[in-house]
Amino acid sequence: MTEGRKLLRRRDLLRGATLGGSGLLLSGCDAMNENATFRSALRVAEKLNQVTHRTLADRATLAPEFALSDISPVFKTNGSLTGTSTEYLAHLQNNFADWRLRIEGMVANPIDIGLEALRAMPARTQITRHDCVEGWSAIAQWQGTPLRLLLQQAQLSPRAKFIVFHCADSYGARPYYESIDLIDAFHPQTILAWGMNGETLPIKYGAPVRLRVERQLGYKHAKYVMRIEATDDLSKFHDGKGGYWEDVGDYEWYAGI
Amino acid sequence: MEAAPEIAQQVVKRHRLATRIWHWANALVATILLMSGLMIFNAHPLLYWGDFGSREDYAWLQIDDTRTTGFVRIGGATVETTGVLGLSLDANENVRRVAFPGWATIPTGYDLAAARRWHFAFAWIFALGLTAFMLISLFNGHIRKDLHVRRAEWSLAALWSDIKDHARLRFDSGIHSRHYNIMQKFSYIGVIFILLPLLILTGITMSPAMNAAWPWLLDLFGGRQSARSLHFIAATLLTLFVVVHLIMVLLSGPVNGIWSMITGRHVASSKPEKTGELA
Repeated sequence: MTEGRKLLRRRDLLRGATLGGSGLLLSGCDAMNENATFRSALRVAEKLNQVTHRTLADRATLAPEFALSDISPVFKTNGSLTGTSTEYLAHLQNNFADWRLRIEGMVANPIDIGLEALRAMPARTQITRHDCVEGWSAIAQWQGTPLRLLLQQAQLSPRAKFIVFHCADSYGARPYYESIDLIDAFHPQTILAWGMNGETLPIKYGAPVRLRVERQLGYKHAKYVMRIEATDDLSKFHDGKGGYWEDVGDYEWYAGI
Repeated sequence: MEAAPEIAQQVVKRHRLATRIWHWANALVATILLMSGLMIFNAHPLLYWGDFGSREDYAWLQIDDTRTTGFVRIGGATVETTGVLGLSLDANENVRRVAFPGWATIPTGYDLAAARRWHFAFAWIFALGLTAFMLISLFNGHIRKDLHVRRAEWSLAALWSDIKDHARLRFDSGIHSRHYNIMQKFSYIGVIFILLPLLILTGITMSPAMNAAWPWLLDLFGGRQSARSLHFIAATLLTLFVVVHLIMVLLSGPVNGIWSMITGRHVASSKPEKTGELA
């Protein structure tokens, strides 16, 4: 390894000599990257992307759907592979027989619904592409209950602006959570999926229920959803940026690109 | 238009103001886009064809490591690239298992969220700048007068003679240097009207929201992962263009070339004293 390191370093020096300019640019960029004002200036693009996407597409415009033959042979698993909360583990033991999904917050008629009742509601089946923020994609068929139907039943307050999804998985002490605006919440393809590729949604893909929000990147598609909360203010949840990765990794809340 | 011959016989106007502003702004913006793009690539250093593709699927390109060596694999051919691609040392001599080393990425360390923020912010500047440059060039005559390939130039003999001139490193230094030669025209047209729009469109095609808005983009490029591959290939071609462009500038008189891209005035003489005066 020492030999290898020496070799590496020699190449490094050569490179350093030829790329002094690049090095200068880089240290400048790294310094700017740490500058809060510059970071927030770059953030303008997130808003610009969102406004552009919302302008170019109608609020109900569908994400492309695919044929059965387009489904990925193996759908890459990512993020948590199981829920971890005590409550979740107990439900898992019991095959989610007593699991209840709660829809509360800024609603006139809070909902408390079991898995069977959820499955008995009108469902939507869609074959869509899942795009990870890292760059990879996988296609699967999802079956689930349109979130819109539940929100209508819960009589969402006119003051509500966001829908927050509280999840049973966690990274260390931080539970996963995500949030979307009402345009995406009422989008026809936004479903609480309990079926995947014709079978019951497997644990590693988010059982018993995961969110599908097809016009955004993978980290918005919260798995192991336990509780849904309508709100007008995201700042009161966790670190206030509207999602686990938004809080921890500084990823964009709007993930349409 | 041109400088009056009796004042300075050899100084000619070469580059328009819009061309100069766009050239230098773009040099910076494209560099930032390339370097932040390489950091984004590091998040998933594999490329695929078609709609989907992940670690579970066949990748036509992979820049990765075996824990002790770095390699680039294209199809079935693998080349070891330890020290540069796949596996390299950072400034503190720590081994980094990333496709592109820190000296080539923005930010230097692994930070996908930050790289995306840089990339998207500068992508807007890039796209709006290109659009503005195209429109201005349409109206100020840059396209018609400078880039337009004339009928006489559309001949194999003329092209062959231009290729021979380039190969012999014979560059126009006289009054002809006011005009682009055929090879320049073809490469500038290719970059401005094909490569740069391709970069923007394939970039947009990777957006799930834009796939809903403009699904024809997916049909045009053959799926999201194909668009991602084409985005990477186009960026590689643009980098190659810049390398050749810089070599040409060096070989054809760098001081005069760079000075004319700053001031717009080009010394149409092979005599060095004029260059010196301007520099």
